[in-house]
Amino acid sequence: MRTIFYIVQKEFLQIFRNRMMLPIIFVIPVVQLLILSYAVTFEIKNIRLFIADSDNSVASRNLSSHLRSSPFYNIVDETPDPSVGTDLLQSGKIHQMLVIPRGFEKDLALANKAQVQIITDAINGSAAALMNSYTMSVVNDYNRAIIAEIAPDAGQPVAVTWSYWFNPELDYKTYMVPGILVLLVTIIGMFLSGMNVVREKETGTIEQINVTPIRKFEFIAGKLIPFWIIALFELAFGLILAKFVFNIPILGNVFLIFSVASVYLIAVMGIGLFISTITDTQQQSMFIAWFVLVIFILMSGLFTPVESMPQWARNLNLLNPIAYFIAIIRMIMLKGSVFQDIINNFLILSFYGLSMLLLSVWRYRKTT
Amino acid sequence: MKRFVIKEFLHIFRDIRSMVILFGMPIAQVLLFGFAITNEVKDVRISVIDQSNDQHSLALTQKLYASGYFIDGEDIPSVTLIEEGFRKGVTKMVVVIGPGFASKLATGEKPPVQLIADASDPNTASLITTYASGIISDYSRGLMPGKGLPVISAEPRMLYNPSLKSVYMFVPGIITILLMLVSAMMTSISIAREKELGTMEVLLVSPLKPVEIVAGKVMPYVVLSFINAVTILVLSYFVFDMPVNGSVLLLLAESVLFILLALSLGILISTISNSQQTAMMLSMFALMLPTILLSGFIFPIENMPDVLQWISLIMPPRWFIVIVKSIMLKGTGIAFFWKETLILVAMTVVFLAASVKKFNIRLA
Amino acid sequence: MQTSEYAIEAHGLVKKFGNFVANDHLTFDVKKGEIFGFLGANGAGKTTAMKILCGLLLPTSGKIKVAGFDVYTQTNLIKKHIGYMSQKFSLYEDLSIEENFRFYGGIYGLSRKQIAERTSTMLKKLDIEPLRKSLISSLPLGIRQKLAFSVAIIHSPGIVFLDEPTGGVDPITRRQFWEMIYEASEQGITVFVTTHYMDEAEYCNRVSIMVDGRIEALGTPGELKKKFDATDMNQVFLKLARKAG
Repeated sequence: MRTIFYIVQKEFLQIFRNRMMLPIIFVIPVVQLLILSYAVTFEIKNIRLFIADSDNSVASRNLSSHLRSSPFYNIVDETPDPSVGTDLLQSGKIHQMLVIPRGFEKDLALANKAQVQIITDAINGSAAALMNSYTMSVVNDYNRAIIAEIAPDAGQPVAVTWSYWFNPELDYKTYMVPGILVLLVTIIGMFLSGMNVVREKETGTIEQINVTPIRKFEFIAGKLIPFWIIALFELAFGLILAKFVFNIPILGNVFLIFSVASVYLIAVMGIGLFISTITDTQQQSMFIAWFVLVIFILMSGLFTPVESMPQWARNLNLLNPIAYFIAIIRMIMLKGSVFQDIINNFLILSFYGLSMLLLSVWRYRKTT
Repeated sequence: MKRFVIKEFLHIFRDIRSMVILFGMPIAQVLLFGFAITNEVKDVRISVIDQSNDQHSLALTQKLYASGYFIDGEDIPSVTLIEEGFRKGVTKMVVVIGPGFASKLATGEKPPVQLIADASDPNTASLITTYASGIISDYSRGLMPGKGLPVISAEPRMLYNPSLKSVYMFVPGIITILLMLVSAMMTSISIAREKELGTMEVLLVSPLKPVEIVAGKVMPYVVLSFINAVTILVLSYFVFDMPVNGSVLLLLAESVLFILLALSLGILISTISNSQQTAMMLSMFALMLPTILLSGFIFPIENMPDVLQWISLIMPPRWFIVIVKSIMLKGTGIAFFWKETLILVAMTVVFLAASVKKFNIRLA
Repeated sequence: MQTSEYAIEAHGLVKKFGNFVANDHLTFDVKKGEIFGFLGANGAGKTTAMKILCGLLLPTSGKIKVAGFDVYTQTNLIKKHIGYMSQKFSLYEDLSIEENFRFYGGIYGLSRKQIAERTSTMLKKLDIEPLRKSLISSLPLGIRQKLAFSVAIIHSPGIVFLDEPTGGVDPITRRQFWEMIYEASEQGITVFVTTHYMDEAEYCNRVSIMVDGRIEALGTPGELKKKFDATDMNQVFLKLARKAG
């Protein structure tokens, strides 16, 4: 056991001596958390809209003033000619165009039926769907306003009310910050552990260690503990930032977060160490780690809902430690879930961590 | 010089494992993203607490499940158990239909329906409540006789991507990320490696000029990145029917420009880092996350706070993604994005100049 | 180790990498306390044989015992009794002298007191006490090699394996290095050293000369010079090499 202590001590010395690594490990993730948390948002606040009003009537002007008064829109221009808008769409200067055809007012008055067209740049499908539904609802609002003028009694036959629990303001940051925190801790943990053993291989020091009577698990444990401590420290720091800078609620038990994180980090670092033991150069190791990580991250439910993935992809996600941890940390922080609520995922993560550790101990060869 | 480039090629290509990953990665990622990852909301688990249990409330429940957005989550017998259900994560929304639904409808009493959503995921929460309330008003309006009120119908048209496929958004993003990775990260690490192992000095005392050494080192990665870009394009064309509406040649030319840009960034990183590990962490944090998050790849830039929008201006991927989208999906020509192209050229020049300066200082 | 008078016993040691035979039926014994020179040109298979003896590589076949332990099954016991200085420099360049000693001493299971004592003794012996806290990367090659040797014997092993310890150092440092080897030998440490400097062979009690994976000659330097009718070891080697070519 003393052996482990000496390895841990050596690793810490090496980390703290590298003047470039220190800021990379401790400063950049914090900056990233601060910056990126503001970047990841699907909230649409600034729809660049072009209105092609060929009718130019009281009704059409009322409709466009409805849009103007909404904070979500930035009306780029308004002309009667739709072809101007088409060009703007083409060059990416606007997101959306509303076409009010000639005779809009007349149709509305005579036939009780009029039409407008909403044309959206749909390359980003999800943003397009949101923008479209916003504009549709503005048109509907306007419609309802006209109806209210004519027949004040008419309205919804059912009283639908809704309430948003845990995040009544629908603040997207509340949802993303815990996830980004997981991401940063994961990257630090996986890469530091993934590059570490292979670095000793590259510089040749591993041979000197391999001729000592050190036990395999002592070596792996000694390599894991320093980065485990660093990553947990980073998580603590990130949680403080989340709480005091972003006002993210931490409803659940902080100790529960840390106990899950401890287990999770062992799994992630176990993967890193395993990669490290099967590669010969840092470049290779980094490459494999990166590949694994990008897939894990994008499938984890951090950015896109896990529910909408097909079944096979969800099955694949059973092997994705990041998916478990993101789900758990969101549950604990935002909903105050307790141990009984997450016990299944917790057990899976523990099993995962243990297997990865055993795998890297097994795969690390002192004699080849 | 030629011999040196060949040596670098052999060095990379002999490493079968890396080769498999290098070429397998784009394929795996495009397939994965294309098939698995979407922003659409469907099959969300919801629970209905039906306190009426009459003909209309049952029909309404039926309608909700038939919409395709929702599937039956865990049964929640009473309103007091909603919070527990959310905490366990077994349901995303609870629809509470109050007592006497059918009878109140008949008397025009406006029976209450409550939608309680787990808004810890605000995006999904707002989408599913909108969908659900839409379904409910459709249903109730269907019960009311028409009165001849004016109706404005809005006809939506989705340009460039009528079925709102996420692939369209992901492919340009993935091309960008991979070019960034292979070009910038790999070069920065491979040069840092020579520095770390001390072999760089051997090269520097050789009759090769520093410029030639660096060119020789990056050449294989230019080829690799280019092959990767083509692989992704071919794959997205044949597997996902992603169109290339504009000129393929122009697209390839722009890709080469971006590769050069990424390479010069990689060289710059390698000149300022002292070990492979530093180079890698720098590339990871300085390139990868901003590439994914600040480039408009997943999250629209215009929604970000102003400061971040300014920062995104100096993100090379941002401009390249605009170009790729314009060529592939909009089919526009250089006239529409000469500005973006110029920005990329300018960035390349700046990075190269900076690294040459750094490099020379180190040698002096 | 207690029963035999030999520190190393190798019988028919074979190591193949695919079709390539790196070590072809090597048979030799090394007596306790001996300085045994393992000579040969670059690529003759010296390092491979040494790695097998240290338990870093598994042999393909052969009966091999180091410090009385079997290299197939008892590698961890072997490792308790040997020290090794590899051809690749193996101290941590970003750690100081003191920190390197502490680390290696620590993983060999020495106590804090032992580590402190030995560090001081070694530094005094090398006459570099003021450099105690200097990073390895700031030291000249000669001192680094001596330090690497000191680290290899920090736990007072029965046998120490030295792989090309004097590669690339100047003649004066080489001389000093060999003085250190003699000193270790006087303390009862068996020294197994590879080199391709033939003049260094003269310093050994016995030498073996490897050519293309086989041991072509084995004996004291005197015996070999007589046998091959040569004035120095260099001639012995050239004659052997010519025969093989």
